[in-house]
Amino acid sequence: MGETILELQGIAKHFGETDVLNGVSIAIGKGEFITLLGPSGCGKTTTLRIIAGLETPDEGRVLLNGKDVTDAEPNQRDVNTVFQNYALFPHMTVAANIGYSLRLKKKPKEEIKKAVEDALALVQLTGYDKRMPAELSGGQRQRVAIARAVVNRPSVLLLDEPLGALDLQLRRQMQLELKALQKRLGITFVYITHDQEEALNMSDRIAVMRDGRFEQVGTPAEVYDSPRTSYVARFVGTANVLSGTVRAVKDDVLSAECAGGCAGALCRGYAFAPGTPVTLAVRSEHVEFTRDPDACGIPAVIQEKTFAGGMLRIALTLADGASLIASRHGIDLDVQTGEAVRVTWRPENAMPVDVEETA
Amino acid sequence: MRARKRRGGVWVTLLPLYLFTLVFVAGPLVYMLVLSFQTRAEVWGVVNEFTLSNYANIFQPVYLNTFLESFKLALTSTVLICAIGYPFGYFMAKLSPVWKGRVMLLLMIPFWTSSLIRLYGWIIIFRANGTLDKLLMGVGLTEAPLKLLYTYPAVVVGMVYALLQFMILAVYSSAEKLDWSLVEAARDLGATPIRAFLTVTLPLTLPGLLSGVILTFIPSMGLFFIADILGGNKVVLVGSLIQDQLMKAHNWPFAAALSVVLMALTSLMISLYKRVTHTTELEGLL
Repeated sequence: MGETILELQGIAKHFGETDVLNGVSIAIGKGEFITLLGPSGCGKTTTLRIIAGLETPDEGRVLLNGKDVTDAEPNQRDVNTVFQNYALFPHMTVAANIGYSLRLKKKPKEEIKKAVEDALALVQLTGYDKRMPAELSGGQRQRVAIARAVVNRPSVLLLDEPLGALDLQLRRQMQLELKALQKRLGITFVYITHDQEEALNMSDRIAVMRDGRFEQVGTPAEVYDSPRTSYVARFVGTANVLSGTVRAVKDDVLSAECAGGCAGALCRGYAFAPGTPVTLAVRSEHVEFTRDPDACGIPAVIQEKTFAGGMLRIALTLADGASLIASRHGIDLDVQTGEAVRVTWRPENAMPVDVEETA
Repeated sequence: MRARKRRGGVWVTLLPLYLFTLVFVAGPLVYMLVLSFQTRAEVWGVVNEFTLSNYANIFQPVYLNTFLESFKLALTSTVLICAIGYPFGYFMAKLSPVWKGRVMLLLMIPFWTSSLIRLYGWIIIFRANGTLDKLLMGVGLTEAPLKLLYTYPAVVVGMVYALLQFMILAVYSSAEKLDWSLVEAARDLGATPIRAFLTVTLPLTLPGLLSGVILTFIPSMGLFFIADILGGNKVVLVGSLIQDQLMKAHNWPFAAALSVVLMALTSLMISLYKRVTHTTELEGLL
């Protein structure tokens, strides 16, 4: 991860009776692209505002470049923000918007002009300097907001759902551009989104947030392949979550009793004693069907088949009433609605989650 | 075809509006304009004889002075109203919705009472040995009655009191629409609170402030009854002059000429407002 540039230490924030943040701690490295991922209301925007200085934490400290900036004013922090609604100054031209921070610093006019041109080139908006924000499309405003925030070359750039208002196609394109921009500038990005796909595509690390805490912090691969909790498993990649009881453990593979059937999973370094409860997460694309009554599997009834986005989505109901989703590429699958099947998966595709770590 | 038909329909529904405007707005204005070029009859009314003397009359020092005095009073009142009304409207926009409603109600309550009666209230406060004198002498700040009634400051206070709401509402509606994340963006980009106010908040609420200036400056040129009630005969304004010429001297053509000039001056101000703000809408009027 290299040198730490930004550190949050036990940040807590309450609004009235509500605890918005409950002791959030993280160290963010120089040049890292970190995403705070979570549903609305999980405290990710508040975290960002505390880093920006727009909000003061009730507890904890914010360290920027090793200096305590917890009580520093927003204008005294080497941090800039790309706001969710872009917050472009409507009474200023594009050039005046981008040059705003440089004018505050009383930089010479020529230098500002040059920096603004460079910033516009960076976001591919050369020639738009005299436009007013109202004359731009959503995507162009987005680019101006980014240019305005990076023109100062801050230590850390904060982005609050910057692509939220754009359509899907533009969003995908901007994801790539933002990532490329971040690599080129070498600025640390703290990025907020509720879109797990966006988080997986762009981030060096993802911090999955829930109820004002970090549920799991890790690389996209770690968060996707080894979710620590059922919440992370559901939120990132919408996994199925089943609870059961450990029956036996052999060669780092556990077999468990789940919903009147049998399921396998890798232990992944956890120790399981037979008879203890276990929660398993399985992604829909890994759910398979078998008609062999003797094979390890869970009896299920097919409820519904829907075809969306090139994927066949099969909803099943298990014996204990829980529901399960399976997905397949293509449509020529030989299962019918109402049919009773056995669902199964390879042990390496199932992940034990919500394990209480006792060690 | 269909589009044209629909247009015709719109015309019919708008007709009452046009008629009303014609009869009650355009008509009197034209009449006033015509009147201002006619000659005063010896005893009563006017005779239909074209003259420019009514306008020439205005340039007599005594009348020019009245215009100047009115302008000075309007300017003083407006500056004071800005100084009080802008912060009031600005902070009102930052209140919680519940408190916004309460403050709005407090602002509206005086409208339900006749402005004349409210002005008489000021007489009770300002007159010698009145409420204000008693208060100040009771606290020991002054020893003798101030005799504020029928002075220039009393008229200014009356003006500010009568017109302050318009400024507050104009600034409020402008500040209400302001996207506060813009101020946060300015702070984030390195602006101190004062710089952020000067570079973002003020320019973006300027239409409200200017609209408030129009809504207070123009009426304060003509609000004659305030000057009459609180200023006695000592403060003569264009408004009072017009009223005197019309009602007491019965010099209708001269009163009309004075009105035309006053209207021309105010139109000039509105066109300046349009120039500056690029809009014809007066913020806070609706």
